[in-house]
Amino acid sequence: MNKRFWGFAATAALVALAAVPASAHRQWMMPSSTVLSGDDVWVTVDAAVSNDLFYFEHQPMRLDALKAWAPDGTEAAIENKATGRYRSTFDVHLTQKGTWRIASVSDGLMGSYDLNGKTERLPRGTTTANLAEKIPAGATNVQTAESNNRNEIFVTVGEPTTTLFKPTGKGIELVPVTHPNDLISGEAATFQFLLDGKPTAGLPVTIIPGGIRYRDQLGQIDLKTDAEGKVEVTWPEAGMYWVNVTTPRSERPEGEGAPEAAPAAPQRRASYVTTLEVMAP
Amino acid sequence: MQLPYRIVLSFGAGATLAVPALAADPGTMDVTVAIPRLKVAEYHKPYVAFWVEKAGAKAKTVAVWYDHDMKANEGTKWLRDVRQWWRASGRTMSFPANGITGATRAPGTHKISFTRAQLGVQTPGQYTLVIEAAREVGGRELLRIPFTWPAKAGAGGRAAGASELGAVSVSFR
Repeated sequence: MNKRFWGFAATAALVALAAVPASAHRQWMMPSSTVLSGDDVWVTVDAAVSNDLFYFEHQPMRLDALKAWAPDGTEAAIENKATGRYRSTFDVHLTQKGTWRIASVSDGLMGSYDLNGKTERLPRGTTTANLAEKIPAGATNVQTAESNNRNEIFVTVGEPTTTLFKPTGKGIELVPVTHPNDLISGEAATFQFLLDGKPTAGLPVTIIPGGIRYRDQLGQIDLKTDAEGKVEVTWPEAGMYWVNVTTPRSERPEGEGAPEAAPAAPQRRASYVTTLEVMAP
Repeated sequence: MQLPYRIVLSFGAGATLAVPALAADPGTMDVTVAIPRLKVAEYHKPYVAFWVEKAGAKAKTVAVWYDHDMKANEGTKWLRDVRQWWRASGRTMSFPANGITGATRAPGTHKISFTRAQLGVQTPGQYTLVIEAAREVGGRELLRIPFTWPAKAGAGGRAAGASELGAVSVSFR
């Protein structure tokens, strides 16, 4: 149990890193609806970082990197943005039929360099673009690894479409074998995950149903992507689910909470978060 | 023995519509639907969808009762709450839908009829009429009544709901 918890904490820390540097919790976006009908359709989204899913009780999610795309691929406006003590909130006016994407994507560089006999970590906010100015003169043994964090949700007006699922080739991305807005409890769903555009085996996939506060067991589903980068899940019940996919990493040894230990060679890291709504049949 | 015989007949009917001897095949489905009277503080007449399913074929909506006369077509916002229908058929449609859209009905017994063309029963076989009701601030219920096409005279089916629908029956003429 303890081991698992640490695995989680590490995962969540990475997820949160880009948007909310100080937390080690689960980052999530919660749309008011994912399956919509009508002619003048809006979605309101809450966005937060917390332990319990989906309760805003810790930190708001920062909206700096947030974008939305209409089904035809054009970028759409994020309206009525607000960030409060525990959560952020915003609206998207869904002016087209089809599947919309709302995503917060951040890329960074992690790593270290040696200077005056000491090993220093690259500061937060280092990117490929600004790496040169972040490294002081005289630094040697510069080691870097890219990190890509994607937190995205999908909402659909009318019939689900797949025009928005063309991969960018960066970080972890979802390819819908089953459409993420066409999920029913008791049915199996299959998703494919790409790492840097390629189907990747062995990526750990964590699925947790919402409503944690009112139950004793986490109800976590642990999966690993197969040779084609795919996972299959049969939804045990209707509700909202938090899905987290990361690059594999070694587990922290139990009891040795020594995050300030000398940094090992940096590893290329990526994480993916989405919130899926599973409907009752 | 009876069934294959009828199927052969109906192929004949498809090929030559004018053969008068086949007029005996029922061409219309009558559906009787009871919408229960509910003792609730806030009552809204339910949205009700009727559709036809056949294994391996696309579901065909034959009627939807919803708030079709609100300003700016606002009543369509809740169509997705008739959720099995929305997934099976509704989400691919535009509203109002010609010949399909209808007003919501008050508690009581209602009759609605569908022609063969409306039902979309192109080929002989087993079909299911599905009736799903969803009520604002209330619940949802779905009933399925299987039927064979071409229907025999006097054929029919029935089902009874427990919450949002009352007795539903199907007959052919």
